Amino acid sequence: MRGCEEGKGKEEKMNAKSGKGFGILVTFCAMFLFWLLLSGIFDALHVGAGIICSAIIALISHDLLVKEKGDKMLSKSFRFVIYLGWELWQIVLANFDVAYRVLHPKMPIDPLIIEFDTSLRSDFALVTLANSITLTPGTITIDIKDGKFLVHAIAKKPADALLVDKTMQNKVADVFMEW
Amino acid sequence: MVLIDAIVIIFLAAGIIFMFTGVIGLLRLPDFYTRLHATGKCDTLGEVLIIAGLLLYHLFVYSPGAELSVKLVPVKLLFLIIFIFLANPTATHAIMKAAYKTGVKPWKKGDARM
Repeated sequence: MRGCEEGKGKEEKMNAKSGKGFGILVTFCAMFLFWLLLSGIFDALHVGAGIICSAIIALISHDLLVKEKGDKMLSKSFRFVIYLGWELWQIVLANFDVAYRVLHPKMPIDPLIIEFDTSLRSDFALVTLANSITLTPGTITIDIKDGKFLVHAIAKKPADALLVDKTMQNKVADVFMEW
Repeated sequence: MVLIDAIVIIFLAAGIIFMFTGVIGLLRLPDFYTRLHATGKCDTLGEVLIIAGLLLYHLFVYSPGAELSVKLVPVKLLFLIIFIFLANPTATHAIMKAAYKTGVKPWKKGDARM
């Protein structure tokens, strides 16, 4: 029984170790690709310097980019790309909304500050939601504290979109699988 | 070639129009927070549209037949677009938070202009 538990512990440790190696590898590849694209010179000196620099960065800060195991991250990034498409459309709508409010002779604005809770907990999900709120029509994030959002809305309608419909919260929760 | 020029001009013009709306908003809206609504959103799309226009122009006019380091310029512009999409809302949020913490009073409907 005890041996079994010890084996389990070992397995978990092994998993964590391979996860770390995977993180370093992904960070190294991303950094090196970035280096190649920015430098555009492919002789031994520049590529060699790129390899050394990317390796150092990957060793020091791999835990910033990759925190979880591979399979979940892949599907998350895929969902994230789909979400980005929707988000781009929302940004265009936001700009037309602001343009309408600003250019209208009477300026139809009625600013208010609202507060709401989310079920999201991971940093990346919270940052995504906060930036999405800022970029979508009529709302800007003021503060986040323990998943509680403080949002400044320019009128009643965009505030209701966050408080009642919750389209965006559900979409972000869907992307990061945190309901 | 004319087609590319036309598309690029449309991108640049749209970008400038959005930036212009942002400036009008900055001047017309009544207080700090609502002004940030105008600048935070219109700047993002305006800048991105202008850079996208430059990117297309470079891709079709300078890139063909050029050496590799010149061909990679559109990639750098693409990184610029991604960075603006990340940095602009974050900066807006940071300014907003700073104003809220120092106690700038939000404007309510019916108040006098500040």
